[in-house]
Amino acid sequence: MKDDDAPKTDQHSGLTRRDFMKISGVGVAVPLVLGPTVVHAAGEEVAVFGPGKAPIALMVNGKKLYAELEPRVTLLDALRDNFNLTGAKRVCDRGVCGACTVLLDGKPVYACSVLAIDAQGKSITTIEGLADGDSLTPVMQAFVDHDAQQCGFCTPGFVVATTHFLQQHPNPTAEDIRRGLSGNFCRCGTYDGIRAVAL
Amino acid sequence: MSDYKWPDPATRPLLGKKISRVDGPIKSSGRAKYTYDYNPAGLLAGKILRCPYSHARITSIDTSAAEKMAGVKAVQIIQKPGTEIFWAGDEVVAVAAVDEPTAEDAICAIKVQYEVLPHFVSDAEPPKNIAATSGPISRDDFEDMEDNQVPDEQVIAAIKQNGISFHPDEKYLKDAQESGVDPKVVEALRTAKYAEAAATSRSPYKKTAAQTQGEPDKAFTAAATVSEGLYGASCITHCCLETHGMASEWPSGNDPAASHGTSLLVHCSTQNLSGIAPQVAEPMGIPAGSIRVMQQYVGGGFGSKFSPDRWGIATAQLSKSAGGKPVKIMLERDAEQEVAGMRPSAFARVKIAADKSGKLVAWESRSWGTGGMGGGGTPPLPYIFEIPNQRKQNIAISTNQGSARAWRAPNHPQAAVITMGAIEDLAAKMNIDPLDFITRNLELAGPRAPIYRDELPIAAELMQWKQNWHPRGDKSAGPVKRGLGLSIHTWGGRGHNSDCDLTIHPDGSVEIKMATQDLGTGARTIIIIVAADALGIPMENVKLLIGDSRYPVSGGSGGSTTSGGVTSSTRRAAVDARNQLFAKVAPALKAQPEELEAVNATVRVKSDPSRSLSWKDACAKLGAMPMTVRGKNPDKSKPPDLTNSGVGGVQTADVSVDTETGIVRVNKMVAVQDCGLVVDVKTAESQVIGALIMGISYALYEEKILDPVTGRMLNPNMEFYRLAGIADIGELKVHMMTGKGYDERYVIGLAEPPVVSPGRRFRMRWLMPSASACRSCR
Repeated sequence: MKDDDAPKTDQHSGLTRRDFMKISGVGVAVPLVLGPTVVHAAGEEVAVFGPGKAPIALMVNGKKLYAELEPRVTLLDALRDNFNLTGAKRVCDRGVCGACTVLLDGKPVYACSVLAIDAQGKSITTIEGLADGDSLTPVMQAFVDHDAQQCGFCTPGFVVATTHFLQQHPNPTAEDIRRGLSGNFCRCGTYDGIRAVAL
Repeated sequence: MSDYKWPDPATRPLLGKKISRVDGPIKSSGRAKYTYDYNPAGLLAGKILRCPYSHARITSIDTSAAEKMAGVKAVQIIQKPGTEIFWAGDEVVAVAAVDEPTAEDAICAIKVQYEVLPHFVSDAEPPKNIAATSGPISRDDFEDMEDNQVPDEQVIAAIKQNGISFHPDEKYLKDAQESGVDPKVVEALRTAKYAEAAATSRSPYKKTAAQTQGEPDKAFTAAATVSEGLYGASCITHCCLETHGMASEWPSGNDPAASHGTSLLVHCSTQNLSGIAPQVAEPMGIPAGSIRVMQQYVGGGFGSKFSPDRWGIATAQLSKSAGGKPVKIMLERDAEQEVAGMRPSAFARVKIAADKSGKLVAWESRSWGTGGMGGGGTPPLPYIFEIPNQRKQNIAISTNQGSARAWRAPNHPQAAVITMGAIEDLAAKMNIDPLDFITRNLELAGPRAPIYRDELPIAAELMQWKQNWHPRGDKSAGPVKRGLGLSIHTWGGRGHNSDCDLTIHPDGSVEIKMATQDLGTGARTIIIIVAADALGIPMENVKLLIGDSRYPVSGGSGGSTTSGGVTSSTRRAAVDARNQLFAKVAPALKAQPEELEAVNATVRVKSDPSRSLSWKDACAKLGAMPMTVRGKNPDKSKPPDLTNSGVGGVQTADVSVDTETGIVRVNKMVAVQDCGLVVDVKTAESQVIGALIMGISYALYEEKILDPVTGRMLNPNMEFYRLAGIADIGELKVHMMTGKGYDERYVIGLAEPPVVSPGRRFRMRWLMPSASACRSCR
């Protein structure tokens, strides 16, 4: 086995001429800054990363975090594997269950369905960033009080989703809850408690 | 003799109250660390290459390209060329690499060739008149027949007719007889003809149980009303949100002498913390005592997480090959759905009869189902009701799919679907309200009948059954029809073996160690409640340490055995520790130890509470050394038995069906549940509510769908393997049976029973896909 743990950082381009032609059509590559290659595609200048690792900077819970990641790495995997922010869970890994919900510029997204490189320049808030230290937010405390959790694996995603939902719907109706929190799944069956949290 | 008995309501400050789960804050804040979250420095990502065919033989494996890839640290062939694979998704090769993308690339670079073999994945109704067996009886066949209580004369006839394909030695025969096999059957085995197992493919159908009692033919002829129907439940998966997985590392490389007794450190997502090391020790060839297993939180198991599994063993092998570095494999979602557990299907054609008064007199069923290659379970039919005249036959179907695993209350949900459906059809045919029909037949309901008699009126009241129930045929205008359903269920739930060490420190702090796990059922919470209740101190004073195999051994969390097990041993340890503390404190209070009590964080004289010491001052009397007491369950030397077996529950549902679209909406569900002495009403109610929701999910939305052409699961994901969501659940009401008649039955487990009934109350959408999912609506 080849012992090569060195990160496969793509210092320059990583694009072959053939890849470039596919992307840019008849455009011309014009490197504007050091780092990713920039190509002209669909009338715009587009930064192209990969296929090797590229330096990436993410603003997570108010802190700038850096990593070298392949462009295919999702925001979820970057948070969990590179920054040890494991509150967001990998469950369905294809944008269905909501266990990986984080806030991107204040809006809930499935972190498994956002590439880490695409989250650059945006404000990312994970469950770890909602509360100060070991304290609980009112929503977290309500999850405890209403026993809206069992195994707890879906809980962080639900807490993030519910936090945003209640900001948007301070006095929700039952129908608001049915619609607004239907993007997250629980296997143990804690929805009754979560409804109570939201009400 | 210490009084271990559970205290009376007047003298229990915490037991039986509504108390929030102690691990609620760490879970709701996202700080709880699961196996999936284990992320030590230098962690290698493990991946598995899986067989894409549901039946095949591996002809060649070429891992050379993967081994040469940068960042790949270990490659482990799990099943060698020549091995026959029986289900799609089975493990073939494992790799460990510096990160997940590299491991994925390595998997893609491995070349495996297969000889594709014919597969069979259908659990449709078996053909009539299938042979009992199609070849000599194998050891598995024989043991299955015994497990399924096939009548002795049928077993003997099968052995004589077909011969056997194994050589039972005297030890085997002696063990068989000692375990209850009839001597005549043992003799038939001893004198059986040996025959080679057929090399050709065998029939997928196997008759696993045939029983007749009473005189069913005569009873059907004499009955006032006979109803016939087809009932059943499809295969579903466990769909644990935290997929199965394990991380392994050899802390000091491959040098066990330098690792303080731990050769292998394992983090495993499991329901069976104390039971993992023995299962890893054998394949790894090291003593179980040198393996340390850890887990703080587990994201669901539901019966499917008792083994380290092949992928878990692969992490230990890969880590060893990689110089001891930690290797973690967590299953991808598709593998989780395809190979990591499913509940067997069960279907039945049922004929059921009652006399003029509405008393059940006869039952006949031909049931079938599959649980993968093993064939599937045998639902206990008829469920609950000991109908006097019965004839039943079950056929297990072997299919090429990942094997069944225990799923909450194994075989009971299927039996409830089949039996309660048939009973309700019969009641409808007789124009009897099913609530009345079941009540009339409770004398056939065995030892739990008095519980059902208590519970049925409560369930009816909470559902306003008498006001809302109507005979079949909702006469209201429009396509949406509404109706009520009802089911009853039972389960064992006796506590398992469990040891715990309870330590009182001289500073007043209390610590409990137990190698158990909390699946989200509230195990942590009830252990602390029991200890704090007995010691008369706040729960915050008790520190509980679980999730480490170095602590005293406790049983796996399956079959609703944990609550009874962990509370019994904790109670005994706490009472012993309290009494030993009283002995130390008594002289200072000028009293005898038996005159003392521990209440409100004090130790005081019962007859004169003014003579007291604070808990902290009392503990200071221990001197410099802490005191540790071992609690055990069961412990016949310390009666009484603090746990019990056998619970009863009743559930009702109010459901609407759009008869044009087939869409079903749950308006309301009610659960009335007994589990003996309820330790924490809050988490107990959550458990029952969770079971109702899981029941809505499996009854209306879930099904493991296999493609007959490819033999593969068509929905190994979470968009097409759909769980119920928050919009699907309706109003839920739970009533826990507590107080006289229930508390004195002691602590009984709760995880299985409430999940048995829900499937029954919605009826079989597979029978009526577009018309009606609830017959009472029609």
